[in-house]
Amino acid sequence: MTAMQIIFLIVAAVTLGGALMIATSRRMMHTVLWLVLTLMGVAVLFALLQANFFSVVQVLVYIGAIAILILFGVMLTRRSMVDAGESLVHKNWWVVAVVIALLFAAIVISIQPWGAAHTPLVELMEFKEPISDLGEALVDPAAYLIPFEVSSVLLLAVMVAAIYIAVDRKGGKS
Amino acid sequence: MSFFRDPVVFLTQWLNGVLAGWGLPPAWVQVISFTIGGAILATGAMLFVTILIWGERKLLGRVQDRYGPNRLGPWGIFQSFADMLKIFIKEHITPVGVDLIPYNLAPILSVAAVLMVWSVIPLSMTMYGVDLSVGLLYFVAVGALGELGIIMAGWGSNNKYALLGAFRAVAQLISYEVPMVVSLLVPVMLAGSLSMNEIVKQQNIWFIFISPLAALIFFVTQIAEVGRAPFDLVEAESELVAGFNIEYSGLKFGMFFVAEFVHAFTVALIFTTLFLGGWRGPGAEQYPLLGFIYLMLKTTIVYFIAILMRGSLPRFRIDQMMDVNWKLLTPLSLILIAVTALAVKAMQPLSPWISVPVNIVLNLILIYLTQQLLVRYFKRRKIREVGSRNRPVARLEEPVTSTAESEGSL
Repeated sequence: MTAMQIIFLIVAAVTLGGALMIATSRRMMHTVLWLVLTLMGVAVLFALLQANFFSVVQVLVYIGAIAILILFGVMLTRRSMVDAGESLVHKNWWVVAVVIALLFAAIVISIQPWGAAHTPLVELMEFKEPISDLGEALVDPAAYLIPFEVSSVLLLAVMVAAIYIAVDRKGGKS
Repeated sequence: MSFFRDPVVFLTQWLNGVLAGWGLPPAWVQVISFTIGGAILATGAMLFVTILIWGERKLLGRVQDRYGPNRLGPWGIFQSFADMLKIFIKEHITPVGVDLIPYNLAPILSVAAVLMVWSVIPLSMTMYGVDLSVGLLYFVAVGALGELGIIMAGWGSNNKYALLGAFRAVAQLISYEVPMVVSLLVPVMLAGSLSMNEIVKQQNIWFIFISPLAALIFFVTQIAEVGRAPFDLVEAESELVAGFNIEYSGLKFGMFFVAEFVHAFTVALIFTTLFLGGWRGPGAEQYPLLGFIYLMLKTTIVYFIAILMRGSLPRFRIDQMMDVNWKLLTPLSLILIAVTALAVKAMQPLSPWISVPVNIVLNLILIYLTQQLLVRYFKRRKIREVGSRNRPVARLEEPVTSTAESEGSL
């Protein structure tokens, strides 16, 4: 067993454990913190695959922006931040477990014919990710210009809507 | 003499040779040498900062017309080590009602988030943790972990002042990330790469001379990111007692304290790497050790400028802090990035003898316009006077004779 495999197993165990804890922890805040751990594990998995850009963007977007947003959401919307009610686990959890196991088995079986699933990973030597290629693809009309622009317009619309909701109108009592 | 030319690479190769001689596979050799290198880098950074704390206290003392630490050792140089020992042996107090895991994890995360930045900084031509192709993005991403540490500290402490302090700190950090990231794009455009090593190598002319405005914006936002004066609302004693770390004691408080100082130094290091040419200097290519010394000298100068600002400026109010960010720095950095992008692209075929002066002139025009706009804004704005000019006095020895004169002088 190589060093990389051992690191992979540890990280995978932490990621899956975190994912399990998201579903089972009682406090809302703990759920978010476990979610951060899981996302961090995914970022490390990306790094192990030498996908540096994805790894960094995973941390930047999911932990730096989304997780902190969720944390603020939880802190500002709950009446009591301790929210320690009953466990979030439903009593019929085993039905869900069976369904998930079946789904997982279906995915494993369906990717068996795919050749890439059996290729052992080869470490890329002297690999430099061409970030500039990604940037050019985003502004190239033959590549992804239109999806890129459409998603920017969507984000702009969301920002305008958020400002419209949050703005304190003159004379109105909020 | 290859040891003195480049000690780190020499020692690494020697260690790798020894480990390979024991029959370890190459992958394990790499893991072990990376682990040792990371441990040495982190420990070295912390110890170096211990000395810097002494320098900072000394300098701040001079700013405030006092000596600073001067008892322990020559010029009080061992004061920080005594403080460090004291904080090691203090009692750990865990308040009732804290959330144990976030409460205990927060100080570790704060220190780790700062030290993680060091892994991508090129300390000399051959000495760096890893040459990430997305090094700058990594620096921004790791900053987010520090914010997470602050939230965990504020929430885990189960104290309303800690929570308010954490809210305030994170609001400040998130806000100032916007102009910071935008101004970071200027060196990226000038160098044509996100990798820290590549940015340093491209700086035949230091980027601070090509784009002084970007350097200025980055410097200001970095002071805000560290949360030091004049942006130290995070620890406004009169309003929040002590901020998010109020419930911490002993070594856990010490870790927040160290994280702040290491962060301040790291920020100066990033500034040097991006705008002051990093390790570059005469002879740094032949003798990488010399490059490390240059880097540390430049960084220390930047760090001490930040300390002088800390010692001389009063604290912003929270609305002023937000105004500076959203009404000044963010629009300015957006305009700057548009101007720089157009200028760099338009002058790509020209020689640097033309393009660099044009860039400087564009930056200076932007600075001048901003300054003019600010002056006009503050001239137009009426500041309402609170209270009266005739202040009541306890004992009236010389009765005020001519109020008209005193009003005129005011």
